[in-house]
Amino acid sequence: MDRASSNLVELRDLKVAFDGVQVLHGIDLNVGRGEAVGLVGESGCGKSVTWLAALGLLPGKASVSGSVQLDGQELAGGPREAFERVRGGRIAMIFQDPSSSLNPVLRIGRQIVEALSLHRGLRGDAAKREALRLLDMVGIPDARRRFDLYPHEFSGGQCQRLMIAMALAGEPDLLIADEPTTALDATIQAQILDLLIQLRAETGMATVFISHDLGAVSQVCERVCVMYAGRIVEQGSVAQLFSEPRHPYTRGLFDAIPRIDGPRQRLIPIPGTVPNPKHLPEGCSFQPRCFRAVEACRSERPSLETSADGRQLACFRPVPANGPVETRTRMTEDMLQ
Amino acid sequence: MIRFIAVRLLRAMITIFAVVTFAFVVLRMSGDPAQVMLGPDVPQEAVDAFRRSWGLDQPLWIQYVAYIKSIFTGDFGVSMRDKASALDLVLQRLPATLQLTLPALLLKLVFGIPAGVYAALHRQSFADRGVILLAVLGFTIPSFVMGLLLVLIFAVILGVLPSGGQDTWMHGILPTVTMSIGGIGILARFSRSAMIEVMGQPYIRTASAKGLKWGDVVWNHALPNAAVPIVTIVGFMVGSLIAGAVVVESIFSWPGIGRLLIVSVSNRDLAVVQCILLIIAAAMVVSNLVVDLLYGWLDPRLRSNAAH
Repeated sequence: MDRASSNLVELRDLKVAFDGVQVLHGIDLNVGRGEAVGLVGESGCGKSVTWLAALGLLPGKASVSGSVQLDGQELAGGPREAFERVRGGRIAMIFQDPSSSLNPVLRIGRQIVEALSLHRGLRGDAAKREALRLLDMVGIPDARRRFDLYPHEFSGGQCQRLMIAMALAGEPDLLIADEPTTALDATIQAQILDLLIQLRAETGMATVFISHDLGAVSQVCERVCVMYAGRIVEQGSVAQLFSEPRHPYTRGLFDAIPRIDGPRQRLIPIPGTVPNPKHLPEGCSFQPRCFRAVEACRSERPSLETSADGRQLACFRPVPANGPVETRTRMTEDMLQ
Repeated sequence: MIRFIAVRLLRAMITIFAVVTFAFVVLRMSGDPAQVMLGPDVPQEAVDAFRRSWGLDQPLWIQYVAYIKSIFTGDFGVSMRDKASALDLVLQRLPATLQLTLPALLLKLVFGIPAGVYAALHRQSFADRGVILLAVLGFTIPSFVMGLLLVLIFAVILGVLPSGGQDTWMHGILPTVTMSIGGIGILARFSRSAMIEVMGQPYIRTASAKGLKWGDVVWNHALPNAAVPIVTIVGFMVGSLIAGAVVVESIFSWPGIGRLLIVSVSNRDLAVVQCILLIIAAAMVVSNLVVDLLYGWLDPRLRSNAAH
């Protein structure tokens, strides 16, 4: 009970299968009140599916099991109405492709007012005033004049601002931002990130930031979960993970990012590709691409263990703390040949 | 917007002109009205006199120019058979045809669209499979087979409905149902695929993520988007209100435009056939124009494309 009151959302052993193919293999994840958690991993690793499943937004052919608790209240397996009560009002979500996430045939003002009347009972002029305030808050210039425009009359970045305004309409306790900047230009990306950071500071809502951009995650989040092939492989504070990534996959993600400071170095890609969820390798899913894999990794799967400093890690042979970069580089290059 | 309509109107005129020309040429090349009207054993002088009196002895292009001129003055010619204005003959038959096609259109809309939408929202269910099966049956069985089948069941075996004629409203039931079944199937299929397409779009997920009730997501967010493809099909159905009953009117001896067309073609009653084809083409072209305008109203993205 104590634990339930401290966390806003708790996911326990959340599993998802599409047409019998398991894509999520038991996710345990807590989100505290007001906390910002990042979910990182390559495309198809299950970051988005985790939260779509938690909100019951997956299509009917997906089978979801496990527990999703909001304030200690179980949602998973409940009726559609239980999810409908939570969506938008308690947990709001914004998506990767803002332009196609807004209804193309409805005026944007109406789309925002719809959320306001649904969650806050606002109607008519009051709803419009509040919608204009939200549009102003998310930085849509000249909102009054553009209230009756359609989504295609806005740029991608502005559409994401509109999505955020709509998400804020329900005054949610948690905003799930599913790769909110992936489809946007770099300069617009930075603006949207700043907006998310600023809004969280102003409203105190918790944020789950789903991204494959580690830099963006470090700006927005306090805690990071790294996912690979439907599992969390490493979890810790931003400081922990960024100074000392221990899982070889996490390490690989960092090595694949170009650095503007420091000497010019070759980027080190992670060899191979994400495994097909239909045919996951034996043992650790990352083992075929891992530069530190040993025999044990090929037969057994490491479980997610919590260490004394709070970091969670699923690896038999983690990268040594402050381990020498050179060793790893050479080994990776051997593998690439 | 005015430019948009002007372009469409011009295109519509060209289409009608092409239809009229085609009908004119084909009709004159496919048989001699004099032979058909007068019979095989009349003397050559009678045939020549008939030709002269209808202007058929003139070169084709002179006949054509005269015909086009008269159309522009509102004169659609005179029936060789009844010696009455072709337009009047056709318009006399119009109410009978609309008595069948309008209720049939209503049935198509009332049953086709909801069935398709329901199937889309309950995909892979028993109901979905049932709708697909019935829809395919509905639009693959030709209307002359369907009509005879219904006559067999309801007129011959059960004896509850008349098999032909236009005496009471009961006489209209079988032809109307026969005519609507194919359209119901087509609309059900189109509505289903349009809704399936729309329900997979990101904005539907957004609407759900917002907390909207399922029914509101479907009604307020999905249906307006699925309307464009559905309106296209309905437009065709509206366009064929006049011409759509040719086969069914013949099966059920219904004195509408369709039957007039068949009789006039076999008699080579040139003016009447041309008049009917012109009206059919005009109806189709006008409904297409209305559909184009509706697109802009239904989908603001198309509206701004048209303006530019």
